[in-house]
Amino acid sequence: MLKFLSVLAIGTLLLTSAATAGSFNIGRAATPAEVAAWNIDVRPDGQGLPAGRGNVEQGEEIFAERCAVCHGDFAEGVDRWPVLSGGDGTLTSDRPVKTIGSYWPYLSTVFDYVNRAMPFGEAQSLKPDEVYAITAFLLYANDLVEDDFELSQENFTSVRLPNEDGFYMDDREESPVFKKRDICMKDCKADVKITARAQVLDVTPEETKAAEEAAAATEAPKAEDVASAEPAPVAEPAPEPVALDDALIKKGAKVFKKCKACHQVGEKAKNKVGPILNDIIGQQAAVVSGFKYSKALKKLNGDGLVWSDENLDVFLTKPKKFVKGTKMTFAGLKKEKDRVALIEFLKSHSQ
Amino acid sequence: MSERLKSPTRRNLLKGGALLSGAALTGAALPARANDPAITNLQPWMQELGDGVDAMPYGVPSQYEAHVKRRTVEWLTADRVSSINFTPLHELDGIITPNGLCFERHHGGAAHIDPSQHRLMINGLVDKELVFTMEDILRFPRENRIYFLECAANSGMEWRGAQLNGCQFTHGMIHNVMYTGVPLRLLLEEAGLKTNAKWLMPEGADASAMTRSIPLQKALDDCLVAFKMNGEALRPEQGYPLRLVVPGWEGNMWIKWLRRIEVGDEPWHHREETSKYTDLMENGKARRFTWEMDCKSIITNPSPQAPILHKSGHTVLTGLAWSGRGTIPRVDITLDGGKNWHAARMDGLSFDKSMHRFYFEFDWDGKPLLLQSRAHDSTGYIQPTKNELRAVRGENSIYHNNGIHTWYVGENGEAENVEIS
Repeated sequence: MLKFLSVLAIGTLLLTSAATAGSFNIGRAATPAEVAAWNIDVRPDGQGLPAGRGNVEQGEEIFAERCAVCHGDFAEGVDRWPVLSGGDGTLTSDRPVKTIGSYWPYLSTVFDYVNRAMPFGEAQSLKPDEVYAITAFLLYANDLVEDDFELSQENFTSVRLPNEDGFYMDDREESPVFKKRDICMKDCKADVKITARAQVLDVTPEETKAAEEAAAATEAPKAEDVASAEPAPVAEPAPEPVALDDALIKKGAKVFKKCKACHQVGEKAKNKVGPILNDIIGQQAAVVSGFKYSKALKKLNGDGLVWSDENLDVFLTKPKKFVKGTKMTFAGLKKEKDRVALIEFLKSHSQ
Repeated sequence: MSERLKSPTRRNLLKGGALLSGAALTGAALPARANDPAITNLQPWMQELGDGVDAMPYGVPSQYEAHVKRRTVEWLTADRVSSINFTPLHELDGIITPNGLCFERHHGGAAHIDPSQHRLMINGLVDKELVFTMEDILRFPRENRIYFLECAANSGMEWRGAQLNGCQFTHGMIHNVMYTGVPLRLLLEEAGLKTNAKWLMPEGADASAMTRSIPLQKALDDCLVAFKMNGEALRPEQGYPLRLVVPGWEGNMWIKWLRRIEVGDEPWHHREETSKYTDLMENGKARRFTWEMDCKSIITNPSPQAPILHKSGHTVLTGLAWSGRGTIPRVDITLDGGKNWHAARMDGLSFDKSMHRFYFEFDWDGKPLLLQSRAHDSTGYIQPTKNELRAVRGENSIYHNNGIHTWYVGENGEAENVEIS
């Protein structure tokens, strides 16, 4: 029996190898709709550009709403987010500013990148006309077109960026460091001096303060020792904690991923593009210290708005409708179950 | 303790070291001393039972190794979602980087992808545009290879001078892993390449939809589509369930969360090969398509995060060397800032485009040291000094800094990042 099986196995192997010369027959044909769904890349020669058009004026409006929170109203960049305009003539300076106008070789790169990866955290939410309009605005912000310019699939390849010829193919292997050299092993130099020290700049990150405090806390006297030394202050009775739904919190944590590009929660949370969201439920609007709110949010604060399940639900459905003029560029959560889960998640960071 | 000891890791090490090495401090001839309570006292773990099996179904390092971790440099990037952290090279030995310590670099956060929902598409200049599921990928013949992956910007903060105290920060955008994967060539042959096919554009499924242009020749030569690292599934932050392996070439090209490979006749000139990952020279022109990672080395111990704790006497110096063009047959070491050089001992496995481990054992006289390592690769290329690189590139090229690095070690055994004449 064993012998029979092994003969059969060899026979099968032979058959297989004969049948699969050059092909394993694995996988299936991609449908045209599947290829179209993913094949969004654009090349300098215009291959891949979708039909569409958009002008500077439209682009300025979309940019202000969707992009300016990180890149600034004039594409000048906020904090360490990328600067997209200016930088002319800086490439040979000590501090080159590499923007679309000063450095990027091809306009197709702008269109492709905005189309595939922007806005940050809401990738592929822009329609082709909007991408054309934003690209037109970025040309305008770099003084490369007039304010009445319209960009379209038809005229796209006629636009050239100033630094197109600023690049050349890797030539490292021609450089002096690639030449064969004799290596000295003994008495190579008489004198050695230290010419630079990291201490001078010292930008080495320190471990977080929180970690140090936690370490210090473990060395602190135990609670009962303290209690015996002096009476503990009488705390006001804490409000009855509301039981939260763990499963819902987990779902909410997933929904929160959409918010993470701009907002943080938890012990180490910092204000980013958006404010820290700890304790947001029951908190008066626009009170997180150190965060620069829009006028619209500040007005809500003046009106005495306190965030609750109900008004957060309305706000999150369509932020710009609830607070006209908010800097928050997020389009909103259309599904009620997402909003409910997110609010539960935020509650778990509000106790 | 001096003020500049900023990292608690280093501080703890020194503190611990002072306690541990009490005996060694007094010199080579071990004097009579009090009995060591670590021996004479019955320790709890000698008496009480330990954890049963399955106390930790997926094992993690000892609680005493908590300082061995990736670290980030907050000021480098605007946000943690599109950011980088660094491998703790000074804590590791041998050549393999453990999966949980491999540095992370993502541009739209680390995606968490359900493998049953993941697809790999091949389209463009092929006979048949194909879609593969993960099960399909596992039916192709596979290979195991050990390769380093280095970010092109590794050591990029050091162009203008010594900046960061620790090889984790100066050289930690690298890891060395055994990959299991399918040769990309087999997948391309399955689709059938058209005669005008010259370039590939791999694309990620994450929110940055990362793309790079890769010449077809490289893909046919040694690229892998990998699904395992060091024997287990890729970690999410390393591209689970599928990543491209582009041996010896800059890390940005190793597309993670790989979902598509388009075949074309020209490069795409996308963002990460124009506005980024191009090397600006002093004359304002920029090199593009600088793919290979040049031959490079670093002494990992001693280093600012790993000082010498035992004072003078027999001392082990160790480090790593690698080249995107081959193997490392030789590393030279200097203790005196380049006056005299010595051959390091190459140890362990030597693979093409993999990290290599070197050692240099010496009797330290307790006087200050200026340590450097200089790697030679199998093509005959010799690692240049930082100043030799600056003479060619100026200080604004960000990427591909493979210059010789210097640590100053003081009489107290602490190390500092310096540059020398």
